[in-house]
Amino acid sequence: MAQYGLLIDYELCTGCQSCEVACKVEHDFPVGKWGIRVFDDGPWQKDDSNDEGSSFNWNKIPVPTDLCDGCEDRVNAGKKPTCVHHCLADVMTFGTLEELSKELAKKPKQVLWVIK
Amino acid sequence: MEFKNDLGKPWKYEEDGYTVIRTSVWSPPGCHPVGCGLKLYVNKDGILEKVEGDENDPITKGRLCVRCLDLKEVIYNPTRVLYPMKRDPKYRGQADKWERTTWEEAYEMIKQKREYVIENYGVEAIAAFSGTGRNGGIMVQEFAHEVLGTPNACYTQSGYACYTPRAAATAAITGCYYPEIDYAGGVEGTYDNPDYKIPEVVVLWGKEPLPSNGDGLFGHALIDLMKRGTKLISVDPRVNWLATRSAIHLRLRPGTDTAMGMAWLNVIINEDLYDHEFVENWCYGFDELKERVADMTPEKAAEICEVDAETIRKAARMYANAAQAGIAWGLAIDQNQNGTQAAQCILSLIAITGNLDKPGGQLVGEAKAAEPAVDDDMTSTYAATGHQLDGWAALGEELRNKTIGMKEYPLYVNSIRNAHADLMLDCLLTDKPYRIVMGMIQSTNIFAPTNSAESKKWHQALKRLEFVFATDVFMTPTIQACADLFLPLKCAPEHNSINYTHYSGSQIHFGITNKAIEVGECKSDVEIAVELGKYLGREQYIKRHTDEIAWLNNRRAQRNLIGGGKEDFYTIREKVHIQQGRKYYKYKTGHLRPDRQPGFLTSTGRVELYAYMFEGVGADPLPYYQEPPFSPHSTPELAKEYPFILTTGARTYAYFHSEHRQVPLLRELNPNPLIEINPEDAKELGIVDGQWVEISNQFGSAKLKAKVMPTVRKGTVMAQHGWWFPEQDGNEPNLYGVWQSNINTLIPNHYNGSLGFGAPYKCMICKVTPLKENYDVDMNEIQEKFKKVVD
Repeated sequence: MAQYGLLIDYELCTGCQSCEVACKVEHDFPVGKWGIRVFDDGPWQKDDSNDEGSSFNWNKIPVPTDLCDGCEDRVNAGKKPTCVHHCLADVMTFGTLEELSKELAKKPKQVLWVIK
Repeated sequence: MEFKNDLGKPWKYEEDGYTVIRTSVWSPPGCHPVGCGLKLYVNKDGILEKVEGDENDPITKGRLCVRCLDLKEVIYNPTRVLYPMKRDPKYRGQADKWERTTWEEAYEMIKQKREYVIENYGVEAIAAFSGTGRNGGIMVQEFAHEVLGTPNACYTQSGYACYTPRAAATAAITGCYYPEIDYAGGVEGTYDNPDYKIPEVVVLWGKEPLPSNGDGLFGHALIDLMKRGTKLISVDPRVNWLATRSAIHLRLRPGTDTAMGMAWLNVIINEDLYDHEFVENWCYGFDELKERVADMTPEKAAEICEVDAETIRKAARMYANAAQAGIAWGLAIDQNQNGTQAAQCILSLIAITGNLDKPGGQLVGEAKAAEPAVDDDMTSTYAATGHQLDGWAALGEELRNKTIGMKEYPLYVNSIRNAHADLMLDCLLTDKPYRIVMGMIQSTNIFAPTNSAESKKWHQALKRLEFVFATDVFMTPTIQACADLFLPLKCAPEHNSINYTHYSGSQIHFGITNKAIEVGECKSDVEIAVELGKYLGREQYIKRHTDEIAWLNNRRAQRNLIGGGKEDFYTIREKVHIQQGRKYYKYKTGHLRPDRQPGFLTSTGRVELYAYMFEGVGADPLPYYQEPPFSPHSTPELAKEYPFILTTGARTYAYFHSEHRQVPLLRELNPNPLIEINPEDAKELGIVDGQWVEISNQFGSAKLKAKVMPTVRKGTVMAQHGWWFPEQDGNEPNLYGVWQSNINTLIPNHYNGSLGFGAPYKCMICKVTPLKENYDVDMNEIQEKFKKVVD
């Protein structure tokens, strides 16, 4: 059986949290439980020569949690996982590890999660 | 992997036991008119079970933000008001005194009270108050002028400090409606349309479009554009996320935008970077503008704005040298006493660089070819848009002249057909020039801190009214304190409607809201207008706008579709999303003027860099810099006591202004009201991240939770707005904790610009005091109290 993954271009993840809420609604997770979380690396200043936005490190990175089931039901029905479908910045891709690892090599600032 | 999708599905279809309705929504719950595409899955019992983004939406393509994803928690929220409710005015402020009533009785109460007011005080003693953003909000003039018959429609935010100042400046200077950046929303194939060009540069000027989607601009279109090569320039005191992805970022001191704009003009004119052809053929007053900005060198602006002069030059050059570029200008322009002049600068920049009405530049709406039906001295704003004029015209001159603020701010009152907000507050408190007796609170939570300044004064003012009726989805502090009749509103999946970006004036996308479900006895704004209008014997509702569909056909479908009048609601509903195509360079083809002559709809037929319209009401026709009314420079003594610059209105994905606080999954994203403070300031004051603080100034105070962020300027704090706490006691004096974190109590009234527009919501002063107490909300309590119920 093919292993699935979630490829995320975190250069353009805006931290809108649509993935988090779409997931909670899909799985009926209550307050306090999550299937995916957006973590914030930043903002912290990486370059002290000026104070413009570009001198800050601020990356938002969605991470599937222990409760992520890769939207098994949706995927079996031929649909995208709900986080991928609703991602406002359109920076999430679901697929087999084989195809996603090729995409991963094409661009920096991406991360590939293997769905358990 | 290949996935299935629903591209090409009809507006209504069956799937797995559900009826699926495709729709384009606006509000309620509150949002801007982006018109995002939704698929609503309704089960056999008529219950909305699932909401999905609709891939058929040409702009959002199936993407959705958290507020629509969690729509069911709004619709089936146990605290939603589902039936008309009445309460004896003597019990105002008492949450347990509401009684269920019928629509018939509600209309009868309004009718009797209206007749009493007309007989004893005159119809102008009625006022209709509106809020921001919602579908029904743009109907306030209709409710006032046409349903109730009073001239006093009133958006209550000081200086109408939201969007309208920008739109009014645009109308005065260009005769067009709002110029939006061109993100290809209106053309088939969007970004791939052959007539379209990707903007090389987009300037984000006092705007954070990702969470705000201001006025229908789909914020994440910026990300789509960045993927296609667009570079960003940010003009913003704070580093927001987009600023970290910007090529240049000017972190100006809050409220100094006009100095910055004048300096850009100075650079572009002096370095000869402007579009000579456009300036010579289509602009008026270039030499006067050139002379006016001559003194505002980058060095001078650098001193005022506290940024580097060379960076100002770099930014101005980058914008002017782009083959096509847009300026996404935001709320910061309105929330500034000097904002009309900032708008004037930005419009001048758009014009002299030739970016106006150019592919990948700045879009303006097409003017209707027909003459306005009545000669009613309208300004060009409305000649250029589909807004209906008949109600305002039908009031007659005598009644129109009674509008609060007509004498003091005629351009404000006439161009937006609104009573002046700050003067309305005075009138309510003092009964001068006359007493207002009856009010309609239309889709607005006035003193939850969005649409008011010195909110406690509004609380006192509204309590002075004899009779108040209100429309909303949830009980609010404002209604709890001041209203006697609650009319429950439908949410977007419950009504038919038509929505358009920029409220139709400069529409890009045109969407049809298709009704999918019914909940309680709620009605839409349109249904209430029609039914109440009929009940009050108003002829246009008895004869023309006889029901929701007739209203939609008369007022939205036919009036706003280009070449309209051919298709009715039931025909266009099947399309759900309509891209009408774009004409560019309309000033050459006559499509910016009803008479179809080339040029702009101004007195000179050109873009008036020298604004005759301003001169006509005694204001300076050229831009000038004015220091914010309260700042370390204008009030140095006060600034010693209140050393921080306070900016308010920080956006979040979870909320639309004062809404959504009772929606558990959204509240969880941002449980407490936040104020961002620089780490050095926090350290000096002994504040740690997550600690509650009090901000205060000579006008008021509010408690918020500190978020220590290196991205706010030292000496500046940035506070969220809209906060109240539906989980708290609703009775007076607590009113759901509406005074706990009410930042608008710190904003003064009457610091408007010379035209009556603008107010210092984003450039006030305050001090910050750490608190020992912790006011954190218990999310388990929220979940327990507000989790959805479907019966």
